[in-house]
Amino acid sequence: MLPAQFDYIAASSVEEAIAAKAEGGDETRFLAGGQSLLPMMKLRFATPSKLVDINRIASAGLDSIRRHNGQLHIGALVRHADIAASDAVSGAVASAAPWISDPLVRNLGTLCGSVAHCDPEGDWNTVLLATGAEVVVQGPSDRRRSIDIGDFVVDFFTNSLADDEMVLGVHIPVPSGPSGGSYQKLERKVGDYATVGVAAHLELAADGTISAAGVAMTSVAPINRKATDAEALLVGNTPSAELFAEAGAAAAAAADPRDDVRGSARWKRQVVAAFTRRALAAAAEQAQA
Amino acid sequence: MEITVNINGTDHTADVEPRRLLVDHIRTGAGLTGTHIGCDTTSCGVCTVLVDGTPVKSCTMLAVQADGRSVTTVEGLKTADGLHPVQQAFSDEHGLQCGFCTPAMMLVGAALIADNPDPSDDEVRWAISGNLCRCTGYMNIVKAIQAAAAAASSNGDS
Repeated sequence: MLPAQFDYIAASSVEEAIAAKAEGGDETRFLAGGQSLLPMMKLRFATPSKLVDINRIASAGLDSIRRHNGQLHIGALVRHADIAASDAVSGAVASAAPWISDPLVRNLGTLCGSVAHCDPEGDWNTVLLATGAEVVVQGPSDRRRSIDIGDFVVDFFTNSLADDEMVLGVHIPVPSGPSGGSYQKLERKVGDYATVGVAAHLELAADGTISAAGVAMTSVAPINRKATDAEALLVGNTPSAELFAEAGAAAAAAADPRDDVRGSARWKRQVVAAFTRRALAAAAEQAQA
Repeated sequence: MEITVNINGTDHTADVEPRRLLVDHIRTGAGLTGTHIGCDTTSCGVCTVLVDGTPVKSCTMLAVQADGRSVTTVEGLKTADGLHPVQQAFSDEHGLQCGFCTPAMMLVGAALIADNPDPSDDEVRWAISGNLCRCTGYMNIVKAIQAAAAAASSNGDS
């Protein structure tokens, strides 16, 4: 299948890419890994008039994963496979990376592309919601801003980028104290979307109680959803199986799954409860290690 | 747009539309039909080629993205000395039935053993998990890749 015709520019700098995007407006799309965009173009679900390929941009550290000032920075050209192989990542991010699609897609697809794509069945935005990440974007004249992931994801397949802005990377907080995280994903086969996905992130205070908690879900609501009730009942308490079961019930109540080919809504809620418990237990075990 | 892609060691220069897929460029542009088209929707992996040594789905990459890069297809696996260890092992271990997924499986296998000279059963299964075999002949595919790894190591040629 051929996509519809489009113009193509291989940008050599971030500035050139943003200028090309600004000129084309919302009919122009950035091409990073292309593992979601190109299939959509082949099926004519997306028909951009111009693609701005950012893969040739060697400057700006777009391909780097690094820890800096208490944050993990993942650049716009970092592939899922790079994250899975990196020593710099931990918690829910490290846990999710091997579960993204399949090995061939992981070799090309990027975290930032997936984040900007805002597919509600995508895994990364769930992980970023649980870890409290920010998306760093650049517009013309080096104008930069950081957008909380909760504000970045507007709706399904809709982000809050302006027509002249490009995602440079994401910043994921790296807590200074004990912390842990996990991503639990149920998929019918390698490469399928999640039937249910749950990300959990925990930080512990010196007395062993939970000082911060993040819980978010994939494929069980119209968009990736934070389970805020579950998070609220975790904070201030000591990790225990009972507490995590309560949080699981709260997450299941916050889920809004649909009956579909992957399973019934009722069953998916039960999976949310079980996966929340497991993800929290794994997160607590890491934090206490 | 004029692009030059090195395919199996030979530069191919051509004027292509931006929308041309790499798999079409390889099959109809370069005339190398060992790279197959299966699902054409990024699911089955039979169009796998190596781009600068990394296995990717050539139905989900534009030809223009490969400009200036090196592509290895199944036709490029054999060496001056004969078959690549992976090709010999697929023959010896009955690693193929209908053969449709075989070029992709061999390329993924070759990339794996270039990285990991002694992959475990799990590591091989993980590496080929993006490639479907509709004959379901996975047992012998795994055996063949492991046999290839052993042969490559004993030749000092991994």
